Amino acid sequence: MIHQYKLNGYNIVLDVFSGSVHVVDDLGYEVIALYEENTPEEIVKKLADRYPESEVRDCIDDVEELKAAGKLFTEDRFKPISFDFKKRSNVIKALCLHVAHTCNLNCSYCFASQGKYNGERAIMSFEVGKRALDFLVENSGKRRNLEVDFFGGEPLMNWQVVKDLVAYARSIEKEKNKNFRFTLTTNGVLVDDEVIDFANREMSNVVMSIDGRKEVHDRFRVDYAGRGSYDNIIPKFQKFAAARGDRSYYVRGTYTHLNTDFTEDLFHLADLGFTELSMEPVVTAPDDPVALTEEDFPKLCEQYEILAKDMLRRKKDGKPITFYHYMIDLSHGPCIYKRISGCGSGTEYLAVTPWGDLYPCHQFVGDEKYKMGDIWQGVTNTELRDEFKLTNVYARPDCENCWAKLYCSGGCAANAYHATGDIRGVYEYGCRLFKKRMECAIMMQVAENMPASEE
Amino acid sequence: MKHIITLDTREMNEANGGCGECQTSCQSACKTSCGVANQKCENTAE
Repeated sequence: MIHQYKLNGYNIVLDVFSGSVHVVDDLGYEVIALYEENTPEEIVKKLADRYPESEVRDCIDDVEELKAAGKLFTEDRFKPISFDFKKRSNVIKALCLHVAHTCNLNCSYCFASQGKYNGERAIMSFEVGKRALDFLVENSGKRRNLEVDFFGGEPLMNWQVVKDLVAYARSIEKEKNKNFRFTLTTNGVLVDDEVIDFANREMSNVVMSIDGRKEVHDRFRVDYAGRGSYDNIIPKFQKFAAARGDRSYYVRGTYTHLNTDFTEDLFHLADLGFTELSMEPVVTAPDDPVALTEEDFPKLCEQYEILAKDMLRRKKDGKPITFYHYMIDLSHGPCIYKRISGCGSGTEYLAVTPWGDLYPCHQFVGDEKYKMGDIWQGVTNTELRDEFKLTNVYARPDCENCWAKLYCSGGCAANAYHATGDIRGVYEYGCRLFKKRMECAIMMQVAENMPASEE
Repeated sequence: MKHIITLDTREMNEANGGCGECQTSCQSACKTSCGVANQKCENTAE
């Protein structure tokens, strides 16, 4: 399967099953489009009014050479691997620890209903957290890198427990031959120097929630008195980001129908000094006034193009910014197993509630039918685990003919569930945005690898 | 080749990979619309 597109002056051809990326001239673009359905003679005839026969034949030779080398028109040979996934091990390598089902902000669009996940407010005790870490180690097999995200609600509302859990993990990692990598996801309200210092020592990654411009951020991200949080959190996050040095962080925002010009928010964040950026489309009920609409879609595509071109310009000017969805490593990216298996929710990645229940991921917490077990007895709903094991790209009928399937790996099970009622469905609007982002990300790789022809 | 330039990309091969040492993709930043394309391989043996 191939995918052809034109963007920013480049003719790009992706060969899906080899992962190859080709940049072609106009003749190459047309020959590749005709190749599968036509004989060489037919291709020559169809292009005769615009290209000399010798040129067309040269080009067909190029295509055939790449085909023989397994870089063009390659067949799908990975489907059989996906059927073996039910047999794959039950190793767990990542936990999302819900250390606080409570929040000091009252964001109206919060998927976690202000941190409560449609339940009661709750705080994770040290004992529950410690057992969760032991559960992770016990179930991690030979995996050395273990990831733990301190999540909420707002995890800084249970900060002492976070610190105690980090100390506990560090105390056992040598003996257990594990390397814990912690992430803190915070709204910033309680960030202070002590939090920054601790996080810089112990957290591999920090995710800072900011939506962008003040009026955009303060529209949703308000306290319980309805006051916007922008003025409070921005200086704290600026200090936090600056102190991160070369350690990883992301400023992560959500855009909605009300700010379809979201690049303005990203550029605003860049102006504030943040360089590591992520901005996600809101996922909500279609009748929600902030839900993205069909009319928004072309605008959003345009925004992603603006962003890609601007990022290339910034890089050239020596002031690069990173956009999470445009990070792509063509030469040392994910292996085929990763590309098929996806995010690992419900299998190698689980969420833990403040009272120790296990769910496939943070997005399913609060939905009782998705409870998988608990940290004392382990995963007891093995039927559900098997279902998630098979929630790979080949299990989704809608993905069968999609060129992006080995880039997205079937997408988010929770989004699929919320959009279609089935974890093996697809959130079609999200798919279309994902494909646009991939086209932009790959175009940027092309531009950066072909500086001479860059615009 | 005159008409086609091929970028250097990782070969997708059943014989390579599957060690699982890489980050779980949802964990890193997005938490809602994950893909795998932006994940790095962390297999030190490869």
